[in-house]
Amino acid sequence: MNRRLLLATLLRTGLAQTVAYRGELVVWLLTTNTPIIMLIVWTAVAAEAPVGRYGTNEFAAYFLASLVVRLLTGAWVIWEINEEIRTGTLSMRLLKPLHPFLIYAAENIGAWPIRIVFLLPVVPLFLVWLGPSYLTRDPIQALLFVPCLLGAWGIWFSSMLCVGCLALYWHRSISVFDVWLAAYLAFSGYLVPIDLFPVWLRDWVELLPFAQILALPVNTMLGVIDRGRTITGLLLQLVYGLSFTSLALLLFRRGVRRFEAFGG
Amino acid sequence: MIAVEHLVKHYRVAARSAGIGAALRSVFNRTYRTVRAVDDITFRIQPGESVGFLGPNGAGKTTTLKVLAGLLVPTSGRVQVGEFTPQDRRNAFLRSITLVTGQKNQLIWDLPPVDTFDLNAAIYGIGPDDMKRRLAELVSLLEIGEIITKPTRQLSLGERMKCELTAALLHYPRVLFLDEPTIGLDVTMQASIRRFIRGYCRRHGATVLLTSHNMADVSEICDRVILIDYGKLRFDGSITQLVRRTRPYKRLELRFSSPVEPERLQALGDVVLQTDSKAVIQIPRERLRASMESALKDLEAVDLTATDAPLEEVLAEFFSQRPDARVRR
Repeated sequence: MNRRLLLATLLRTGLAQTVAYRGELVVWLLTTNTPIIMLIVWTAVAAEAPVGRYGTNEFAAYFLASLVVRLLTGAWVIWEINEEIRTGTLSMRLLKPLHPFLIYAAENIGAWPIRIVFLLPVVPLFLVWLGPSYLTRDPIQALLFVPCLLGAWGIWFSSMLCVGCLALYWHRSISVFDVWLAAYLAFSGYLVPIDLFPVWLRDWVELLPFAQILALPVNTMLGVIDRGRTITGLLLQLVYGLSFTSLALLLFRRGVRRFEAFGG
Repeated sequence: MIAVEHLVKHYRVAARSAGIGAALRSVFNRTYRTVRAVDDITFRIQPGESVGFLGPNGAGKTTTLKVLAGLLVPTSGRVQVGEFTPQDRRNAFLRSITLVTGQKNQLIWDLPPVDTFDLNAAIYGIGPDDMKRRLAELVSLLEIGEIITKPTRQLSLGERMKCELTAALLHYPRVLFLDEPTIGLDVTMQASIRRFIRGYCRRHGATVLLTSHNMADVSEICDRVILIDYGKLRFDGSITQLVRRTRPYKRLELRFSSPVEPERLQALGDVVLQTDSKAVIQIPRERLRASMESALKDLEAVDLTATDAPLEEVLAEFFSQRPDARVRR
């Protein structure tokens, strides 16, 4: 098997699937608008008086960076797995001599070029509105932002795989993911920057996987944490990513033996 | 070789009555029952054989096929396909088989079939030159050159089925599990798919296990049939043996230039159909020769054809003689 050709074909197919429905793609990307709403709400709050270290511009920088991170690290595999297990179409993936996780991953990664295109207006907006001083000035940290993004996507994707594989045991696991999503919204910094949390809570929240999915890459991009904290965060991402992937593989291997391949 | 020994596959399914009360009760107290989809079946298929796997709906055909394809794990029993145990789902095993089902797609719905073919070529490690040659062969045999660049969702059922077959056979599998491959297709398309499958097996020496409710599929593709009902094996042999065992008669189709009295026809055998110019009579096999001579000489038939009963009728009769011992828990 030519691995490079396989990877290129998987990514090309993923991209082709993403752009198959242009209208749906635009609507779907617009649904990632929570950071913009948060930006409007928090800048209005900060216009009265700064909240912690956040003035209007700091909130704007934080939520524009959140939008960038969210768009680049999104995944949808949970819905795909659930639907395929429930309808039995997972069978078609199981017949192929390639682990379905790799195909799911390629389909999700294949959408990155389109996501980057949608980010293009955000970058000039950031620079014109706020100027480059709100971005990290440390070139090493700027480079570390890339693995931070990959790590964030890895945790998000592999945690979705874990929850998705529960459908092999319970037929549907979307409700479990809803709980996971609620925890993500609360503890990732998506709605409120984590450093506005009370200190006793913040110290714990910063260790959770949710903070590594959003707050870590955002704060690295903005340079509000030092290089050491970024590297610690990267290590945490690695631990969470590997743990979730291993758990997902285990759940899948055992779950497939219970799979009933409904329909057809 | 495919070897199935004492294969058992049971499902545990939730059971509840209709209505809102039963739905609410099932939240707190769910009851289950065990369905014996496949119940101790044993058979062997030699390499290169084409076997029809037949039975009424719910007989356990598709479950057996899914076990053989490695999608389901048997409750008990032993299954071997070539040198592989399907449930291990080794890559070498998955490369050697294919499962085509009329009710599930492997084609990527939003993209043209050619994208699925490319993806399969990459997954199965088919080199570009090989892929070009194989695709050209399959496209020409199935006459799909015009459609492989149209989005799958815009193809007709027949066109999609042909593309499904192409996607399923690009890696030249040695074992084909075909689950109702002609379901929903018009007669021309059915004939073309059957012709293609026969040709593929001849060229590649492939083994086929086919389930279908379409008896033309079975009679044209298979040399042997295995009949199952309620998960149990009821017959394993050639189509001729099945017909002789179930319907030990021949059918004599006679054509006349003028009407013949019914009594004269009844003297030959059981009259199945009679019109002014035509009659169909059922005759015990051992009396066939004498009856043919008599039809030509005494009844002055102008044309005469002897056939077996249609396979549909044979199967309907076979399964109507079901044993009563079919308790399901």
